[in-house]
Parts: sequence; structure tokens; C-alpha cells
Amino acid sequence: MAEKVLMKGNEALAEAAMRAGCRFFFGYPITPQTEVAAYMAKHMRKNGGTYLQAESEIAAINMVLGAASAGQRVLTSSSSPGISLKSEGISYLAGSDLPAVIINIQRGGPGLGGIQPSQSDYFQATRGLGHGDFHVIVVAPSTVQEMVNLTYDAFDMADLYRMPVMILGDGILGQMMEPAEFPTESSRKLPAKDWATTGTKGERKKNIVNSLYLDPAELERTNFERYERYEKIKATEQKAECFMTEDADIVVVAYGAAARVAKNAVLAARDAGIKVGIVRPITLWPYPSDTLKEVAKTAKAFLSVELSMGQMVEDIKLSIDCAKPVYLCNRTGGMVMKPDEVLAKIKEISGGLK
Amino acid sequence: MAVVFDRPKALSKVSTHYCPGCTHGIIHRLVAEVLDELNLTDRTVGVAPVGCSVMAYNYFECDMVEAPHGRAPAVATGLRRALPEGIVFTYQGDGDLAAIGTAETVHAATRGENITVIFVNNAIYGMTGGQMAPTTLPNQITQTTPFGRDVKLDGYPVRVCEMLSTLTGTAYAERVAVNNVKNVNAAKKAIKKAFTYQTQGKGFSIVEVVSSCPTNWGLSPVKALEWLEDNMLPYYPLGVYKDIGEEENK
Repeated sequence: MAEKVLMKGNEALAEAAMRAGCRFFFGYPITPQTEVAAYMAKHMRKNGGTYLQAESEIAAINMVLGAASAGQRVLTSSSSPGISLKSEGISYLAGSDLPAVIINIQRGGPGLGGIQPSQSDYFQATRGLGHGDFHVIVVAPSTVQEMVNLTYDAFDMADLYRMPVMILGDGILGQMMEPAEFPTESSRKLPAKDWATTGTKGERKKNIVNSLYLDPAELERTNFERYERYEKIKATEQKAECFMTEDADIVVVAYGAAARVAKNAVLAARDAGIKVGIVRPITLWPYPSDTLKEVAKTAKAFLSVELSMGQMVEDIKLSIDCAKPVYLCNRTGGMVMKPDEVLAKIKEISGGLK
Repeated sequence: MAVVFDRPKALSKVSTHYCPGCTHGIIHRLVAEVLDELNLTDRTVGVAPVGCSVMAYNYFECDMVEAPHGRAPAVATGLRRALPEGIVFTYQGDGDLAAIGTAETVHAATRGENITVIFVNNAIYGMTGGQMAPTTLPNQITQTTPFGRDVKLDGYPVRVCEMLSTLTGTAYAERVAVNNVKNVNAAKKAIKKAFTYQTQGKGFSIVEVVSSCPTNWGLSPVKALEWLEDNMLPYYPLGVYKDIGEEENK
């Protein structure tokens, strides 16, 4: 068993990426993800890798595109406004079927917003990371250990499905310290990158990395193919953690840092005799709809707890076809709800059910 | 029978989409000849831009990546760092390199990124149908400067080689033209030097090729070359703007 070390979330992400075989990091400074880049700057070159501070987030994501084209495991990290700038490149990565891992340590928005933790990039991450028909896989850790584990898996899924994977954290997870251990290797079987542009070496026909299809029938075909892959991902990669949901009348749904707050409220509500449980989505795309459908068979109401004006709440409704009422408990702009605020909402819903 | 003229191996056996009289064909051929002569094709990755030469990935017989508009030098940086033994070049037009991609161009040069940039300057946006480019000349008529480029309102044309030659990371910057045989030969020499410098790890090299756009200039191919000589060359003087190889030899 590996040794446990006490680490900041952002640093754990960087260390995990290097241990997962990532040797290329391109970034641009922005709070509150700075420690990812700082850690990379300190260790990447010593590990024989490339750390480069780009002139902008736009340049950084395009350097990612270049290194990914060469078949390398490559990472960039940023925070909300910086992710907006990267969205052009993310669309091209998706359109070119390139694997890459992108970290978003979210802060409040819109615009320059603030630097305090937030989950208000949910729509952007799950629906709108750039123009065109595409998705990226989005994973949402809620502990430092999970940040480590999901980083390994993010690189594997990116390579397996040839698409970008986003690790969606927030300022709380990025800044807090917890013990974590680092697995030695990943478990997935991955295909060879015979599509990479590494120079033909006279051994094969040339490879082209490209997202341009002037023939609409051909473009439609590539989009259909990509969405078939997405269906496979939806069928196999949904991930969520259930806690006390078996007999729950009320199911709280929360991810990331908000799930930690919500869990405290759930425990307090159980103490008060309310049958409540929590579903914590670990993948946000694909959304764990199967889990929600299952708990909706017995649950009477759902409560989305999120650090936004209510974005994930839509995926809950879609997952259960609006079969049960879905309520919202939220703070935004960098404000974080206290367990008591969630508990009050649970009690309010519980009162209505009786 | 002796072969006196043939297609370079680095040029794919396909027809291009370029307009009649367009000089992209000449410039493609020069790059391909140089890749052949320096025996680099097998370890080269080219980066195509957005613009008229967007489909350059179909025309060069080496690995190719198609970059977002203006981002070719950043994509090339990622490739460069990932392929230490490779040769990486970008092929970009004036809108791509000197408008939307100015930051990527300047900073790739600033870093002394060991890549070769082939910069085709025809003073206009060709693919979108002839709008003002950052290199459009004063008073030049385009679709978006229908009364001529008014420098007081539209700004001045940018001289890229002059600008990049001020940067320490730039190893080599030369402006050439492809309007006559003599200049085409000089252009090839410059392109060869740029790729040679890359094999020697000297840093960022750029060859600006002053070229024509008969279609969007509204001129016949021959008249376009005359217009190039009469109007573009006075504003964009040909010559070497920086050459650290020469400086090292002094």
C-alpha cells in the first residue's frame, strides 16, 4: 500500500497527473488553480517533462492540441474565465478526436466574477465547452483522494475514447489539504495511438489531425460516429455514490464540495427522524441518470444542493422525467451554504410531504 | 529518358483548390523541394492555418495538423516540445498570422521556439472573399475597405519581419517574393536556410513570402504580379531582417 501524504487538492491533481504518465503541462496563471501550475513548474522538468507558461489560455490549449496530436498525455488547468478562453481549443480537440485533460477549479462568475469557490460552470462543462456538436467527459471529485483517483482515470478515459476529459473542481477542493495516497498504475487496457502525428519515419502513410469537413455529409457522419461513442460512454461510465438512499423519501443530489456540506445536513436530518439520503454524482457527463431513475422509484422528492443559481437541477429533472418534484438549495457568487441551510430546506420539503 | 522536372516527393499527388494564378502553388512546391533536399519529410509535422491554405494538410506528404485560426504557432509549440527529434513548420496567411494570431506569433518568436514559419502575405483575406487584412496597403480597395484603406480610421499595415526581428528569440527573418524566377529562387534559398536553422536548433525562423491574389485583387495573374511589384514591394522591402547565423559568422 502506498504511503499517505498530506496535500493540497491542487497539488494532488498535479502529482497524480505526473504519476499517470502526463509529461506535458501548458498553462496560464489564474486564481484559484495556481498551485497546479506552481507544482508542475517545480517538478515537471525534473521528471523529464515539459512545463510551459503560455502567453494566454488560448495559446495554452492550442499547445495542448499540438502535444496531444503527437500522442502525448497532456494537461492544462485553469479557472472559470480561463476556461471560457480555452473553449475554442476544446471544441477543436473534440472535433479532431484528441485526448487531453483539462482542469477547471471553478470560481464565481459571470465575467471576471470573483475568486471564491463556485459551481456555476456546470452548464459550460456539461453542455457548452465550445461550438458544435460534442461532449467532454466531466468528472467531479469531492475529496483530495478522489482528485487523485479521478486524475488517473481522466487520462485513461481520454486515451480510450479519444476525447477531452474535464476535471471539474472548485476553490474549496483546490485549496484544502487532506491525506491522499497515489495508486501505482491504472487498470484500463488502452488502444495504440496509431493516429498520432509524430513524423511518418518512412514506415506508414501520413497522419492528419483535423476537424474540417467541407462536405456536410462527411461532417454529419463524423458527428454520428462521435455520438455513437458517447452512447457507449453513457452506458458504461456513469458514476455516482449513494448514501442512505434505500429508504429515503427525500434524495439530496450534490457533487463536489457542495456534497460535503449536504452530507452533514443529511446526517442531521436523519437524527431528526427524516428519511433522507444523498446521491453524489461523480461523473457530470455522462450524468448518472440511471442511479437517479432507480432512486426515483421510491423517493418522493429531490433536492439539488449546488453552488450556482441552479444548473444541475435541470439534469435531475431530465433524468427522472420530472416524475417527482425537484427543489433547489443554493448559494452562488463564491458564497457557500452552511449545513443548517440545507437542513432547513430538507425539513421544509419533509413538512410538505406529510 | 532523363527526368528534368518532377513533382517533389513531399508534395502530395493531388490537385489543389487554389485559384488560377495564385502563388500558393509555387510556395507549396518550394517548401516540398526543401523538405526533399534536406531529407526531412519523414520526421516533419506541418501545421495548416485557417484561410486559403487551410487544406495544406492534403498537399504536403508529411504528417499534418490543422490548427484553429491564428493558433498554428501554439500548436507547433506543443508538437515541438513533444517531438524533440522532429521538424515542425507552420504555413500561415496574413490574417491568420498577423491579425488573430499575432500573440501566438510574437510569443513563439519570443520563446525562440525552434520552428519554421512560412508566412504568405498577399495583403488580403482570400478565403472569405477579399476583406481587409492587417497587411492591406494604404488606400487599397477590398470588400471591407470599399473606398480604400483609410489609415486614419482603419489603421496601418503591419510589417511582420521588421517587428519580429526586434525579438531576441528570432533566429532568422527574411522577406522574399514569388513574382519572378529570380525572386522564386531567392525564396527557395531562404526557406532552405530556415529549415536548416531548425535542424541546427537555432530557434524561431520565419520566411515572409510576398505573394499575389489575382481573384480578390480583381486582376489577371500577370497583372497581379505587376501590382505586387509596383505596390507591395515598396511597402514590404525584400531582404534579410535578422540572421543569427550571419551574426555568428561576423
